[in-house]
Amino acid sequence: MRAPRATRSTALHAGAWWLWALGLAAAASRTTNPLLLALLVAVAGYVVAARRTDAPWARSYGAFVKLGLLVLGIRLVFAFLLGSPIPGTHTLVTLPELPLPDWAQGVRVGGRVTAEGMVFALYDGLKLATLLICVGAANALASPARLLKSLPGALYEAGVAVVVAMTFAPHLVADVQRLRAARRLRGRPDRGFAALLQVGLPVLEGALERSVALAGAMDARGYGRRAEVPRAVRRTTAVLTLGGLLGVCAGTYGLLAQAGAGLGLPLLIAGLVAALAGLWLGGRRSVRTRYRPERWGARAWLVAGSGVAVAALLIAAGGYAPEALHPSAVPLAAPRLPLWPALSVLVGLLPAWVAPRPADLTGRDTDDGGPGAGPDGGGRERAAGRARSADGEGSVGPEPAASAVGGVPGGGRERFVGRAPARRERPARGVRPLSPTRPTKERAQ
Amino acid sequence: MIRFEQVSITYGEASAPAVRGVDLTVAEGELCLLVGPSGVGKSTLLNAVCGLVPHFTGGTLRGRVTVAGRDTRTHAPRELADVVGTVGQDPLDRFVTDTVEDELAYGMESLGLAPDVMRRRVEETLDLLGLAGLRDRALTTLSGGQQQRVAIGSVLTAHPKVLVLDEPTSALDPAAAEEVLAVLQRLVHDLGTTVLLAEHRLERVVHYADQVILMPGPGAAPRQGPPAAMMAHSPVRPPVVDLGALAGWSPLPLSVRDARRRSPELRARLAGTEPRPPEVPGPPPGAPAPVARTRRPRRTGLLRRRAADRAPDGAAPGAPLAEVRRLAVRRGRVEALRSVELTVGAGETVALMGRNGAGKSTLLGSLVGLHTPASGSVTVGGAVPHRTAPGTLVRHVGLVPQEPQDLLYADTVAAECAAADRDADAPAGTCRALVARLLPGVSDATHPRDLSEGQRLTLALAVVLTARPPLLLLDEPTRGLDYAAKARLVEVLRELAAEGHGIVLATHDVELAAELARRVVILAGGEIVADGPTEEVVVSSPAFAPQVAKVLAPLPWLTVPQVARALEATP
Repeated sequence: MRAPRATRSTALHAGAWWLWALGLAAAASRTTNPLLLALLVAVAGYVVAARRTDAPWARSYGAFVKLGLLVLGIRLVFAFLLGSPIPGTHTLVTLPELPLPDWAQGVRVGGRVTAEGMVFALYDGLKLATLLICVGAANALASPARLLKSLPGALYEAGVAVVVAMTFAPHLVADVQRLRAARRLRGRPDRGFAALLQVGLPVLEGALERSVALAGAMDARGYGRRAEVPRAVRRTTAVLTLGGLLGVCAGTYGLLAQAGAGLGLPLLIAGLVAALAGLWLGGRRSVRTRYRPERWGARAWLVAGSGVAVAALLIAAGGYAPEALHPSAVPLAAPRLPLWPALSVLVGLLPAWVAPRPADLTGRDTDDGGPGAGPDGGGRERAAGRARSADGEGSVGPEPAASAVGGVPGGGRERFVGRAPARRERPARGVRPLSPTRPTKERAQ
Repeated sequence: MIRFEQVSITYGEASAPAVRGVDLTVAEGELCLLVGPSGVGKSTLLNAVCGLVPHFTGGTLRGRVTVAGRDTRTHAPRELADVVGTVGQDPLDRFVTDTVEDELAYGMESLGLAPDVMRRRVEETLDLLGLAGLRDRALTTLSGGQQQRVAIGSVLTAHPKVLVLDEPTSALDPAAAEEVLAVLQRLVHDLGTTVLLAEHRLERVVHYADQVILMPGPGAAPRQGPPAAMMAHSPVRPPVVDLGALAGWSPLPLSVRDARRRSPELRARLAGTEPRPPEVPGPPPGAPAPVARTRRPRRTGLLRRRAADRAPDGAAPGAPLAEVRRLAVRRGRVEALRSVELTVGAGETVALMGRNGAGKSTLLGSLVGLHTPASGSVTVGGAVPHRTAPGTLVRHVGLVPQEPQDLLYADTVAAECAAADRDADAPAGTCRALVARLLPGVSDATHPRDLSEGQRLTLALAVVLTARPPLLLLDEPTRGLDYAAKARLVEVLRELAAEGHGIVLATHDVELAAELARRVVILAGGEIVADGPTEEVVVSSPAFAPQVAKVLAPLPWLTVPQVARALEATP
């Protein structure tokens, strides 16, 4: 069973990637065995290397790996300087200890640094780093923006705000670089922290201008259109959502607190149901429809399942081999790689074969990338029009595109849903791909 | 399709309306071009069509604007989204999503179209605009022309009856601009879309227009008519129209083809003469180039300081201002420049041309040390730019970047000038004197952001010149400038060249290159593919030839003033 090339219709649901990554992260949280953690990182890294695209967000994996290493480094430095509560006999060095007043009891600065303490910190830091790297893998494989698109309609606007904020981050970085370069042109030093601070205001000004321009553009493109909804429905929505959230809070408290555990679960479930009903009702105010929603197919089940399986198997391993999952730091012992937990981690490699293969998308060299860059890569516009039929849109739709773009004024507008919620169409699960190519092309030329 | 009835628009606290007495009708299926100098309210008028003025920007609108029968007073922009599509100058600022296909679908999703309709329209639009091969690409990885086509496509999918474009090609190289204009042309001809377009680079668009709306000056009522008639009165017009006016052709030619067909007689008249170089051909003999000053506090008066500056205490007088030898620069995985050789002498004006991404800005950046060479060498006035402290380097070379705003930090022109004097270690008042010379009539208290594009560019130029760099670099200086501001810039740069400054311009503007540069260097894919006198390089190239050269080929005339001088000489 060869994995297909990822196109928009075969691409794996973003949620599947996130579930897979969260499964690995959950597994990482159950163990401090450095060998198992390294194996988890290797599994995540291999899948990312095999299945990530060339899109800009796919590069975030490297950033998360660096962040993980940074966290590990900080954990070690703190353990080195502040000591650790782990008793140990193997003293590495003894730092001069800072005398602290009485009220700071329990805090120690300097003092004995033991091998046991450092090893414990290493295991602990490694666990955190692995968690971060798993999140980085999810980021690289499925941009969070894609995940947000699967949010329910009522949360859509919040989702857009997050997406816009995320696309702003790269703009800000570019602005900072440009303005620091500009400082050099003014004859001011362009390196160092002070230079970074002084470009802050212009960068903010630029970001503000850009957001105003974007807000205008979004408004002009119909953002925030609303369907008329009866007042009663609006009130019910508010009551359900608020009440539901309160219920969720109370229920969670009940579950966590010692006392009301019996009351907690039903309250939590009732709250969840009410909140979901509120969201569903709230969705009726929005006239939005969804373009090609992601589909959850067999491959998505396999990918998500493999992540969940890794988590479940390691939790189970905590039952039958607790000492293998948590190698002891006191007394020092070399960690061993337990066979069965290691094999269960390898289940997480499944996506590397099951998930659709990435298409080469960015056309790395826009300057001299010719037709050789492949049918759907390549930066050449001319070639692009002709290469169209190659990207897997073969099936012929039942309708010959009756209304081409702007064809008949109002043609195709009959499906416009304006303000009437009754006629609003929900995105269907299986959208049939239509292939209107031929008529449009003839018309266009 | 679009009707303005006695419209006047006043912004918040402004004392006078931004536009007044507008009475216009744009018929269905027309390509209508909005023409006028900067600051006459073209953008205001365009935004009034899509309802952003006054709903989004604030202000008071008197009169009535109707689009496809909908009154913009009672319809907010979002309720006009299905009849009006708006495209701005910088597409990247207006993208909401991150891939091409999602961006095309975004507007339709907001309108609540059914999924199968959306799918069909996206496929149609991808084909119509030639974007099918880019459908899954991230928007940030596209070239400028591609981005602009996606921006047009993203509003087209809502099937608007009216398309409003504010300077859609000003950031694009000539080829990418052609791409975008060809798409507009097809929309008007094949689909009957009404297009309202504002553009400074008239030479690119005026021959496509069915109607021209001329806004002669601030506060004056706009006039509407056929392009040739309107061009006769227009304060801004492309070179081909100027040439037609000079030769007394009527009606005025709008395209090179029109002019070419009428030009045999003019060509015969010019055949015997040679174009003389522009009046300031370079440094007058004997005037030494301004050379790099050493860092030394001077407390003397203005005149004595000038005299002191001219004393050669830096590089030798005959040496080139900048030398680039076998330069290669890498930016990420891309080799942005490859074995580039360039020498710029005192008083020389060089135009760098080539498509977007050819390496023009990288070459300029290397000359001021923004990029470290991967191999080869760069020397500017004896210094190696990327190893020289910024404070010293500004005395050798100055760069006005693509966004002049980047150079300006202060709240007022006066504060900006004072800061420039401090940065350049120049006596107080140097920068202000330069501003007064280059940009007369700007008050001290003006905020740099309130200046027009042209004024802001000139202010940035003055700031850079404060350190008296012998070599001056300008990146895309005419972006967003109208013809008047451009003419002023040409004058300023000619004076500077006459004083002995070496000038390097990176530009898409062939007319500017023809007017200013004695030498043109063409870059493609990071390599220099042509380097020679402007007449030779430019006339032989279909993409980079100015309009006058195209009309009068094979004669070596490049600009209207050249022709005018020759005609004066031979009555």
